[in-house]
Amino acid sequence: MNQRGNNLTRLSPARVGDSVGKVCISVVLAAIAVLILHVQTAAQKKDSCTECHSRLEGKLSEPVRQMNDNIHKARGFSCNDCHGGDPTQDDKSAAKDPRKGYQGKPKPADIPAFCGKCHNDAFFIKSFNPALRVDQMREYSSSVHGQLLLGGDSKVATCVSCHGTHDIRAISDPLSAVYPSNVAETCSKCHANPDYMKDYKVFGKDYSIPTDQFANYKLSVHARSLYEKQDLSAPTCNDCHGNHGAAPPGVASVANVCGQCHARQSELFQASPHKSKFDEMKLGECIRCHNNHNIAPPSDGMIGTGDKSVCIGCHKPGDKGFEAAGNMRAKIDEASAGILKASEILDRAERAGMEVSRPKFELRDAIDSLTHARVLIHTSSTAEVDKVVGPGLDVSRKGYQAGLAALAELSFRRKGLVVSLFFILILAALVYLKVRDIESRESSKPDE
Amino acid sequence: MNVEAIKNWLDNRLAISTIVAVARKKEIPLHRHTIWYYFGGMTLFLFTVQVATGILLLLYYRPSADNAFESIQFIVTEVKFGWLIRSIHSWSANLMIATLFIHLFSVYFLRSYRSPREMTWLSGVFLLFVAICFGFSGYLLPWNKLAFFATKVGTEIAGVVPLVGRPMLRFLRGGDDVTGATLTRFFGFHVAVLPATATVLIGIHVLLVQLHGMSVPLGSDEKSVKKMKFIPNFMLRDLIGWILAIGVLAALAALFPWELGEKADAFAPAPAGIKPEWYFLFMFQTLKYLPAKIFFFDGEVIGILAFGLAAMALFVVPFVDKSPGDPKKRIIFNVLGLVALLFIVVMTIVGYLT
Repeated sequence: MNQRGNNLTRLSPARVGDSVGKVCISVVLAAIAVLILHVQTAAQKKDSCTECHSRLEGKLSEPVRQMNDNIHKARGFSCNDCHGGDPTQDDKSAAKDPRKGYQGKPKPADIPAFCGKCHNDAFFIKSFNPALRVDQMREYSSSVHGQLLLGGDSKVATCVSCHGTHDIRAISDPLSAVYPSNVAETCSKCHANPDYMKDYKVFGKDYSIPTDQFANYKLSVHARSLYEKQDLSAPTCNDCHGNHGAAPPGVASVANVCGQCHARQSELFQASPHKSKFDEMKLGECIRCHNNHNIAPPSDGMIGTGDKSVCIGCHKPGDKGFEAAGNMRAKIDEASAGILKASEILDRAERAGMEVSRPKFELRDAIDSLTHARVLIHTSSTAEVDKVVGPGLDVSRKGYQAGLAALAELSFRRKGLVVSLFFILILAALVYLKVRDIESRESSKPDE
Repeated sequence: MNVEAIKNWLDNRLAISTIVAVARKKEIPLHRHTIWYYFGGMTLFLFTVQVATGILLLLYYRPSADNAFESIQFIVTEVKFGWLIRSIHSWSANLMIATLFIHLFSVYFLRSYRSPREMTWLSGVFLLFVAICFGFSGYLLPWNKLAFFATKVGTEIAGVVPLVGRPMLRFLRGGDDVTGATLTRFFGFHVAVLPATATVLIGIHVLLVQLHGMSVPLGSDEKSVKKMKFIPNFMLRDLIGWILAIGVLAALAALFPWELGEKADAFAPAPAGIKPEWYFLFMFQTLKYLPAKIFFFDGEVIGILAFGLAAMALFVVPFVDKSPGDPKKRIIFNVLGLVALLFIVVMTIVGYLT
């Protein structure tokens, strides 16, 4: 109480006035600081491009709507970062002042350089995405598209043809036109349009480039993997033709393209006797047998001397290749039949309740051998194919024997059951007769 | 030393003649419900089959996550008659639970738990829970995919019990997840803790049955009811049932060998339509039907607590049903028993069909 009383006596009118003054100054300073911050923020947020274009109608307001999905906007870029100008100005001519770098809709020929302002700049791009390449423009300039553009053709694809203009999405966005499962459709917009493509001739020829690639691709094993199995690693247009450096692979380089994924097959083919002959005859290596866009799932029917064989296109009865094709096919068929025979008997045993998971697991070695043998046909050597078919056949035989043993065991169990049940029932009947005997003797006894 | 001399020597030390004399005096009442007496003996027989086959399986079984599945695979494919032993062990376990339920409901509906047999009932209910624990722990031991996920779900259900759930889950699993530690733990329960407990409880249960004799149903006069000698008449009839049970087990093992499935993989997704063993199915199905929230409480928690209460209620039946002869009370208890039985049967069938 005394302490408090002492404090109160110390609060003279002069001291109170001094304190109030300090508080007032602090409040005013704080208010000024808030005001400055507000003005700065408002200035930063000022975007006259969006303000005006959102009020416009039709095509002129489209960019504002499309920008909502734009990866650049998500990374903090605005209209003026590409188009220049001064978005802080409300006046149209001040905002679109060429002296402030304003550039409207670029002409097709200017688009690569327009995008390349940033995308060619390694330091700039790395501050956003260190994994993003910066050689797109260089690649593009060497592509068929880029070459035609340089030649004055404004119809050819530029950056925006594939990536979009104001609605550019990240390539990892499933809605992006260049997301793996959308690439073929994006390319087909031009390449599947006969009217659009009629002026483009095959190099060195007098006829237009075909427009059935997309239709053929959709029938291919690659498209099935991409669309049905949703395997995004399955190849689409850009995986073989390149994206920014898009160009058709020449006859000599087809194997290199396919070999990106099918490395072993490509390597075996390069070392095979077919290589020099194909080069000599100027045949497209892989595509000669497998086709290019409509690549069918490979089947055993493709090898050998049957109707569906691709070998008979060049080899005729009596030549060495014809004989080798028949022999390789026979080996593959033998391996397939061995696996099928073993699988069937093991499945039968499994359905009957026998434990055959181990031989079934081991049979995978035979399946692996068959797969390997199918790859080795690219050597064109029966001996090479036989090297892996032989051990695979041994595994299949072991699997078949295991299946036979399981079925024999099953038969033994069933016979054993019948014999056991016979004795069990006899025993039960004997005990029952014994009970009956005891009880009949008991009931025949006079009551005690 | 002749045979008679050996018998006398043993008799002087083990009082065999006294035991035989007592057993010869034991009688079994004969009435229209006598058939139900056989199910207790049948359950005991199936338990001994379990013990015998379980010991044989122990010769080759290796209780670790790395070896358990492979060791069972070895038993059923390489060991002579290993498939038979393993299948009989699994089938007799299931048949034992079935006969145990029949025994429980027959005793309940016949009011055989009435005074002075309350403790016999109590030991029997304890044995029921021990048998269920045997089933739950044994199911995991092959370390296959189904068992792995069924144990995961089962222990998760135990984990939602308020207060004790989490520590109980960790105790059962030997950690936060079902791992090799869970398998080792369950193996310990299955071959040591539970058999020891079951042996003591079976000893008490059988001793009490001998002490009090067989219960005569209400309405039959204990003194005037016809009787059959336990030795040899009833025992031989029991023997017929056991011999036939061996036949049924052999047929099931030969025609429907117990599946081994695929090895458990903790990183694999749970197989679709995973279901527990049939004797847990009615509880599992009920929990699936319960809404997520009942008032302010989790539906699952309410369900588990309700099953817990039902289990507790089983223990106190003889103490609640104090005048079993009262016709009104008889109706109430019969209706309660029938509702419980119907619930179990219907939910089990629904569980299998859905």
